[in-house]
Amino acid sequence: MRSCVLAILTASALLAAVDFNTQIRPVLVRECLGCHNADKATGGVAVHSRDAITRGRAVTPGKPEASLLYLLLELKPGQPKAMPPGKQLPQAERDAIKTWITEGAPWPEGVTLSAGGSGKKDEKATVEQLHARIAKQASERTQADMKPYKATIPHAGVSFDMVPIPGGEFTMGTPDSEAGRKKDEGPQRKVRIDPFWMGKFEVAWDEYRLFMFANMAKEDVNKDEVVDAISRPTRPYVEMSFGMGINGYPAISMTQHAANKYAEWLSAKTGHFYRLPTEAEWEHACRAGTTTPYSFGADASQLGEYAWFSGNTDGKYGLVGKKKPNPWGLHDMHGNVMEWTLDQYDPKGYVGLSNDNPQNVATQPYPHAVRGGSWMDAAAQLRCGSRVASDPSWKQQDPQLPKSIWYHTDAQGLGFRLVRPLKVPSAEQMQKYWNNGVHDEP
Amino acid sequence: MKTGALLAGAPMLMQSAPSKSIKVGLVGCGGRGTGAAAQALKADDYSELTAVADIYQERIDDSLGRLRRAAKDKVKVEPNKMFVGLDAYQKLIDSGVDVVLLATPPGFRPEHLRAAIQANKHVFCEKPIAVDAPGVRHVLETVKMAKEKNLSLVAGFCWRYSNFIQAAFDQLQKGAIGDIVSYYGTYYTSPVKPMPPESTRPAGISDVEWQVRNWYNFVHLSGDGLVEQAIHTADKIAWAFQDKPPVSCVAVGGRQIPNGIGNIYDHFEVNYLYPNNVRAFLGCRQIEGCYNENADYILGTKGALTIGRGPLPRIEGQTTWTFEGPKNDMYQHEHDVLFAAIRKGEPVNDGDRMATSTLLGIMGRMAAYTGQMVTWEQALNSQERLFPEKLDWKGSFAVSPIAQPGITKLG
Repeated sequence: MRSCVLAILTASALLAAVDFNTQIRPVLVRECLGCHNADKATGGVAVHSRDAITRGRAVTPGKPEASLLYLLLELKPGQPKAMPPGKQLPQAERDAIKTWITEGAPWPEGVTLSAGGSGKKDEKATVEQLHARIAKQASERTQADMKPYKATIPHAGVSFDMVPIPGGEFTMGTPDSEAGRKKDEGPQRKVRIDPFWMGKFEVAWDEYRLFMFANMAKEDVNKDEVVDAISRPTRPYVEMSFGMGINGYPAISMTQHAANKYAEWLSAKTGHFYRLPTEAEWEHACRAGTTTPYSFGADASQLGEYAWFSGNTDGKYGLVGKKKPNPWGLHDMHGNVMEWTLDQYDPKGYVGLSNDNPQNVATQPYPHAVRGGSWMDAAAQLRCGSRVASDPSWKQQDPQLPKSIWYHTDAQGLGFRLVRPLKVPSAEQMQKYWNNGVHDEP
Repeated sequence: MKTGALLAGAPMLMQSAPSKSIKVGLVGCGGRGTGAAAQALKADDYSELTAVADIYQERIDDSLGRLRRAAKDKVKVEPNKMFVGLDAYQKLIDSGVDVVLLATPPGFRPEHLRAAIQANKHVFCEKPIAVDAPGVRHVLETVKMAKEKNLSLVAGFCWRYSNFIQAAFDQLQKGAIGDIVSYYGTYYTSPVKPMPPESTRPAGISDVEWQVRNWYNFVHLSGDGLVEQAIHTADKIAWAFQDKPPVSCVAVGGRQIPNGIGNIYDHFEVNYLYPNNVRAFLGCRQIEGCYNENADYILGTKGALTIGRGPLPRIEGQTTWTFEGPKNDMYQHEHDVLFAAIRKGEPVNDGDRMATSTLLGIMGRMAAYTGQMVTWEQALNSQERLFPEKLDWKGSFAVSPIAQPGITKLG
């Protein structure tokens, strides 16, 4: 019985005049998913899965005339219940949906729709709106215009500090002679970097929790449709600071995807473009014009003045900004929490990468490059050139499959800070920075 | 090590032991069940998934899609071994599997566990194992049957399989902090799966289906937050007291934040009395925007063991100790132990302690719901049956009103 039904479905999918992935899915995501999804099923209708779309009245497989999805699309704009609100879809798209329903609404196994990982609104449209907001506000044009600044997250009374990082050339990687050097820290080469601002401190729970909990950011009473369209972390099952403290302490255990979405959210909240640093930008900022293992020299015995690390912590991280800064005014680049970068980690080092603002663009969920060492690490791992590769074991406390795209519960020394490049990128580039495309791991 | 080679040379294996492959069936294809299946497939070179059961075909499809991405060659579920409906578990058990993974909402658990053991299956059973005392007693009988049949039964009280928590409790049992004076355990978190508004209820689904979809919010399905989530803390308390029962408990609890038609509380604080006037306190809360903490503070006559303040447990006092070395993957370890036991023909059985830990939570809930002091015997012998004898998928089930201390009677 079942095998017979499956066989028919499979056959119809093979012979189908309509292809779900190229013709149906984009329309559902673009036009319907924003109001009819797993979290919010307006009118009791949701379209994110075949279960959802056939459970209500949206789609009766085989019967377009008994499917709201088809019927309401055919109504002229302005008629009651016409969908999508305020416009009518092109004839070709409506025809495709009708044919698809007639064919039994085939849906690939295991597919759940989400918009750019957000499950909400079309990510591209959101980023375009956001880009327009940012482009309007950007006033600095040259490196000379760049000053340190303090910005406040609206309605929350929480601020953060950014300091300018000069552009120019620096030597990335460590010399063979450096004590503690590992093979992945080279080959050394000259790299050119464009100017940017960087967070003076690691992102603290004070800021990050506003992103985790919309009500703490008072977004329920201060609606902003762009902010609202950005996906946010699911509520954690456990207490994410593990009792190490919140106020003034660094946020930890977030995935790179979560850090990217925080950057997008902060950009929407403040009107400036923020993102994670590339690995090259991070090392440039950490070295701050120096060439020694640490930005204060080579003497690891001084490390305690500059960093929280295994030598001076007692089972927990430290408050951000309590240690001496590097020559460019950045605190805790060495230690406290190791920090996310955008890059895919390559154990072979920097072979084959550009010398001009290099970035090893991610194509796999693991590993990504993490820098700076943490409160749990020994001195050698805090060196400017030392690298860590993200690992699936960082999610081993997550018993579910799929595992959360938001938490690395087992990486309790993992955090991040953001940069703001002087040159505002295009909307398309912004979308790539904020969506690594590989957050949904197998 | 864990291959069929060992098996080939092994003498007489128990009747239900597989010849080479170990066929696994998954009951409940949500996120946890799918995760458990992935771990089962990793735990043995020749484990394979051959049957799945859920109330929705779509969830089965989602789950199998995920599992094929994780372990393609070991997912061998023919379409006629995908079972849908409230009776799907029985069809799965009858489909020729060797191991059954039970990962549905807990209300169903006693019945599912009994059916699996009756049919001579080894079982991985998620926590908690019941939502009421009749369910616990039913499970205790089943556990006895499993022992008689030499079947393995591993429970999803995962901290028992964590190397760093095990090490901490080893220290405790060795007397590193002397005799226990008090135990304070916290489970203060954000809400888990809150009840969606009725406006989002899809047209045409029955009350029972709507409740099962939102099972966490109904005491007959989840057991409430204390029994479903904070049960991990109850389990650690039980562990600290060597799985011996307390004398009695009193508790406070209630709900501050409205939660639609759900009937569970959002906070509890339980005070357990152990012999010799030793006390254990368990606090749990699921309210957004509050102070969160998941920790255990165990005071002894010679020092204190603290878990959950920082990533590693530590002992301070006459001796100091902390865990060193890498933490294991406790969820994987549960399945590694289960499958190794099956291969060796040396059954493991977590049954008694999983029942004790679950009843510890149920007892606290009874005390909070009624406002009465509850003894261990009262809890164990309680006739209050929350999960119905029969659930009709198309029917309705009248949800009991949220409990009111002083008014709600001890059942």
